[in-house]
Amino acid sequence: MRITEHPVLGPIGKRKRLKIFVNGTAIEAYEGETIASAISASGIKTFRVTRRKREPRGIYCYRGRCTDCIMQVDGRPNVRTCITEVKDGMVIYSLDMDSEDGM
Amino acid sequence: MVCSREYELIIIGAGPAGLSCALEAARLRIKTLVLDENFRPGGQLFCQTHKFFGSKEHKASIRGFDIAKMLLSEIRKTGYVEVILGATVYGINDGLEVFFAKVDSKLKRLKAKDLILATGAMERSIFFKGWTLPGVMTAGAVQNMMNVDRVLPGKDVLVIGSGNVGLIVAYQLLQAGAEVEAVIEALPKVKGYSVHAAKIRRMGVPIITSYTIKEAVGNNCVSKAIISPVKDSNGRDRELSICCDLICIATGLKPSDELCWQLGLKFRYDAAKGGFIPYHDGNMQTSIEDVYVAGDVSGVEEASTAMEEGRLAAISIGKKRGYLEKEEADRMIADALKNLEDLRL
Repeated sequence: MRITEHPVLGPIGKRKRLKIFVNGTAIEAYEGETIASAISASGIKTFRVTRRKREPRGIYCYRGRCTDCIMQVDGRPNVRTCITEVKDGMVIYSLDMDSEDGM
Repeated sequence: MVCSREYELIIIGAGPAGLSCALEAARLRIKTLVLDENFRPGGQLFCQTHKFFGSKEHKASIRGFDIAKMLLSEIRKTGYVEVILGATVYGINDGLEVFFAKVDSKLKRLKAKDLILATGAMERSIFFKGWTLPGVMTAGAVQNMMNVDRVLPGKDVLVIGSGNVGLIVAYQLLQAGAEVEAVIEALPKVKGYSVHAAKIRRMGVPIITSYTIKEAVGNNCVSKAIISPVKDSNGRDRELSICCDLICIATGLKPSDELCWQLGLKFRYDAAKGGFIPYHDGNMQTSIEDVYVAGDVSGVEEASTAMEEGRLAAISIGKKRGYLEKEEADRMIADALKNLEDLRL
């Protein structure tokens, strides 16, 4: 959920809208935010599923340390979505497919 | 690999310590490079929407994000500082060559005459059943998502830990429109400032002491938390179940010290400052000559001390390399040390 009004930070302001594709679905993003932020705002909580135990993982530290939020971004695996800026048209997939390398 | 260019000073980390260090270095006309793995500079300053405590010299009553903007604009004006963002430092060798890469580029190497590690701190995790479920997040994650990216990661929140970070994040969650079900604290009393505690209590948030989290419950994300009294709590033995979709962990910070260990710096133990911290002297110099630390990596404190330490490190280098007269440098160092002492009172 977006915080549109804030008592200290004020209204969210005009920002350029972008479109990204997450596991095949188009979602809205704003210029200057992280990939993880856009995905979270769209209501998605599970960013990937662990390979062996099939456990869900989402945002945990949001500063590039825990790597729970890694995803495949424009073909590059293991991108830390919490410290990577979102770009228009990005194609993003969860690293939860059944193949051996987790892709 | 691109061959090694040399900088007078390389600062790793563009948070309060790194930026304030870069600004002081620029004033001394030291050619400086700042590297940060985030694509936005400012470190944790941008998620600090509260006003700073302390005196005017320490930017009291100014909000964190405004301090960051001020530092950045002053640095840009000097023309002595280059900032590379989105650059992760993977290692530093004995010759003080820094190896880093951006996510879509090859490894690069740059040589530093002096090096400042201002890599900040990371949150200390606590571990309980279900702690890996989506919806369990650190306080820093919640703050950055809310205050920088303007996304509310949950509607009903349980905050673990009543230190200042826990109390402030609870208040900020309320400001952002979330419900805070409770703040729980394993100790018998509230850890943070009573002024922060009073603020959230007035807004109806209970602070439950002598309780800790036992389990995060949910199928694909958190739907409730089970909290349990700690052993020595007076006669209370009831487990409580709290419905929430976000569990926010505010159980302290520890230095982000990976590069310090990799460089082989000497460490010492200081429980009050986050555990093992790189040894440094009064000039912020570490056990390796020409390697300095500043900010939370040198011992977890506040943004105001981090900024002062950054300044101090730059002045020390300025003195060593002859950018400053000795008397002038000593006066500035004494001044910075005095400021630090005042901040730590």
